[in-house]
Amino acid sequence: MENKALNKVGLIFEKISPKEVLEKAYKMTSAEIIQAMLDSGLKGRGGAGFPTGLKWKYTAAEKEPEKYIVCNADEGEPGTFKDREILDRVSLKVYGGMAIAGKAIGAKSGIVYLRGEYRYLLPKLLIELNEFHKMIREMGYDFNIEFRMGSGAYICGEESALFESIEGKRGEPRNKPPYPTVAGVFSKPTSINNVETLVTAMMIINHGPEKFSQYGTKDSRGSKVFSVSGDTPTPGIFELELGMTVQQFVNEFGDGDTKAVQVGGASGFCVPRKKFAETIIGFEGVPTGGSMKLFNSSRSMYNVLHNYLDFFAEESCGQCTPCRVGCQQLLKGIEKVKKGEVKSTYLNELTKLADTMKIAAKCGLGQSVGNAFKSIVGNFREEIIY
Amino acid sequence: MINLTINNQKVSVDPGTTVLQAARKLNINIPTLCNHEDLCVAGNCRVCVVEQTGARTLVASCATPASEGMDIHTNTLKVRNARKHIIELLLSEHRSDCTKCYKNQNCELQSLANEFAFGDTIFLDLVEDHNYTIDRSSPSFIKDDSKCIRCQRCVRTCDQLQYISAIAVANKGAHQKISSFHNRPMSHVVCTNCGQCVNRCPTGALVEKTYIDQVWDAIYDPERHVVVQTAPAVRIALGEDLGYDPGERVTGKMVNALKQLGFDSVLDTDFTADLTIMEEGTELLTRLKKALVDKDKKISLPMFTSCSPGWIKFIEHKYPEFLPNLSTCKSPQQMFGALAKTFYAQKRNIDPSKVVSVSIMPCTAKKFEADRPEMRASGYKDVDFVLTTRELAVMIKQAGIDFRNLSEAKYDSIMGDSTGAGVIFGATGGVMEAALRTAYEIVTGREVPFNNLNITPVRGMDGVKEATVKIEGCLEDWKFLEGAELKVAIAHGLVNANKIMKQVKNGKAPYHFVEIMACPGGCLGGGGQPIPTNPTIRKNRMKAIYSEDEHMVLRKSHQNPEVIAIYKDFLGKPNSHVSHELLHTHYVERDNF
Repeated sequence: MENKALNKVGLIFEKISPKEVLEKAYKMTSAEIIQAMLDSGLKGRGGAGFPTGLKWKYTAAEKEPEKYIVCNADEGEPGTFKDREILDRVSLKVYGGMAIAGKAIGAKSGIVYLRGEYRYLLPKLLIELNEFHKMIREMGYDFNIEFRMGSGAYICGEESALFESIEGKRGEPRNKPPYPTVAGVFSKPTSINNVETLVTAMMIINHGPEKFSQYGTKDSRGSKVFSVSGDTPTPGIFELELGMTVQQFVNEFGDGDTKAVQVGGASGFCVPRKKFAETIIGFEGVPTGGSMKLFNSSRSMYNVLHNYLDFFAEESCGQCTPCRVGCQQLLKGIEKVKKGEVKSTYLNELTKLADTMKIAAKCGLGQSVGNAFKSIVGNFREEIIY
Repeated sequence: MINLTINNQKVSVDPGTTVLQAARKLNINIPTLCNHEDLCVAGNCRVCVVEQTGARTLVASCATPASEGMDIHTNTLKVRNARKHIIELLLSEHRSDCTKCYKNQNCELQSLANEFAFGDTIFLDLVEDHNYTIDRSSPSFIKDDSKCIRCQRCVRTCDQLQYISAIAVANKGAHQKISSFHNRPMSHVVCTNCGQCVNRCPTGALVEKTYIDQVWDAIYDPERHVVVQTAPAVRIALGEDLGYDPGERVTGKMVNALKQLGFDSVLDTDFTADLTIMEEGTELLTRLKKALVDKDKKISLPMFTSCSPGWIKFIEHKYPEFLPNLSTCKSPQQMFGALAKTFYAQKRNIDPSKVVSVSIMPCTAKKFEADRPEMRASGYKDVDFVLTTRELAVMIKQAGIDFRNLSEAKYDSIMGDSTGAGVIFGATGGVMEAALRTAYEIVTGREVPFNNLNITPVRGMDGVKEATVKIEGCLEDWKFLEGAELKVAIAHGLVNANKIMKQVKNGKAPYHFVEIMACPGGCLGGGGQPIPTNPTIRKNRMKAIYSEDEHMVLRKSHQNPEVIAIYKDFLGKPNSHVSHELLHTHYVERDNF
């Protein structure tokens, strides 16, 4: 497995003229834009990592005249705060990325679904959106963006629950298929992309796919923005080339006493110190939507896991059995183990339950609860029991 | 056609078929809970998960369309373990006091648990962690959240079949529950008490409120004279709860069973159904005359039927501006109740205060209707207790009656005579057909021009049906109707009622007379009928209703000898002063939330 040294990159926040990039994009055909994305190897930056070029290709192939670009700005994963920064600092690039995606798939409308807690950003974002609309009309093109506010439910970051929410319904994930590329928001073909993905797409148009794909590894091309938090002397937002190991990351951001890193937030994986050197941050190792949380030896991994499970038991939409009841069982289970009210081997039963949730839950939320559970219980079993 | 393989067997299905449906075609059983034939796919209980070769996760067979080349396995170790986990998870949130539960032995969750033969449970009991509430506020049903498995069948029923959404999903995660507007009690929301949710609840979370013990008390009280009336749709469905197939008529056995239970008089709601036709038919003709001859602008047309208490509460909540369009006739149940404590008591020389009037109904809304303050025309509560078809079956079982080997008995008199017209009240379109059979004859002196009195355009399971009857050769009194085309419509299921109401509201409804029943299929699909229900069962019940009609000697309401007699002895004529006192009512406007 190849890996890269830690390398700070400055693509996302790089100063560019959005107008020039858009002019360039509008001179390209839809197929050329999609090809550029495919060539770049860009995978979605929200965490799931679906190839962006493919998503656009599928949506472009739909015959329906009305299509949508939805920007997923419901940044709710615990420990992730990079989209807030991106929206705050370079919103024109987000809008530009949406317009490019619109050109690629043949959509005239975009919707930004903004996390409820980010409402305070809205006045500024709307002023900048006005500028953007003015710019694009002066260029003689037609692409309109609207904002829709979330209300604080984590599940609404799940793409189909997000569509339901936009449609004014209760945010519950839909059955798939049909996938969003066929029937997304308002049952129209929709490409839903993360904030960072859209900005990255714009930068790929600006610099060409080659420049982007020279960063990173075979499975994880390019750079991405990380949200670094926890026991670190330097918390914040950092754009790093993909492909580094957790060890290299910890060398840069740790406080000298790091015992574990939670990669990818509550739904991600916990990497213990003994696996730092062998674990690559990326799709070949542990993927992340950006959240990197460091824990030093003063932290109780029981508390960390309890906190995550409490979060999931609260934030599950409650629709499907494995997730709604499974989260409660995992939470209550580790409490009982800790109190000595059930045998420590009960953790084995809970691990089997986590496996069931992974394959039987309806959406990504329930399917990924087991990630944190298994990696923390698997690596810090004694901290859960004693 | 799409070709796929399930458990190594090849099957070809039409596009759009789900994996579950394809498996059923091969007679492969996949357990389900949230799935229901009458409702849209939910895919939320996950009990029906199966393994699809090449897929990262298991897939919900109810929600996954079959696709070409699919390779499905329904009984792998992975599937079994997941399914077992899921059922156990549901049980951990569910108050499993089965022996005390009204749905004991008729519970889909219990059956599944039984199939999986759980010994020790793995998971922790979560019931104690939930602040579950039991809502007994409705006179019709009980909502017990501790039995709820969140399958949302009730929510989908209320929304998709009934267009009410009195119940919906509230909160998320561990706190998710099925709730009402602002968590109000069910007695104080738009709920129509139709009981369609009760029919589809797989557990004991939604059950009718039973009055079985009160009825037993009355029966065994020597001071009381207990009369019972049975609605038309009970006799064609009761058998289902007693081991018969859907669609078997058990009228005679039912009457005998009621006598054995100890009711003092076993009478027939069909009698007041016939009476309803006389009153409602006359009311319609009077309205038409006032509108067409007297040019009275205040007359509200189309006129709506008023037999279905679920529909009445729907219009009171949703379209109160059209309350004047409702026939003022009480439902047959309430006409019967009012007459039981007046006419019947007089004729039988019984103190009306000693009469207990019980009705057996296919309906849960009838329980609410009997409780309405308007329903005390006799000076007493006209109908004391309403039991559903299901409750009657329970009583028959409790009494140890060998139903299958019972001989057939006839209804008592008075108020026990009926015609085929009264019987078909139990099916959607039946009231319309019965009304046309009589009204046409009143106006023209001839029978309706349909073969064997079967007015087929108003029959069947289409959500909204329309028909036009041309009136020709009128008698002298009705010359003003000569050549007129009487336009009628029929809707069943409140989602269809709403379609008609939208038309009426837009001024685009061309109808004179509209029959509306709250429940899919009419009363035969009522909220008090045996569980389960599905389109096939309802079709079979419908066949039984029309066959009951064909087997009657008298098939027109105005031929009912007891109806003729009651007008002669007691009521005078249809829509008379006495009629209005006892048989007609008014309605109230209610909030739309």
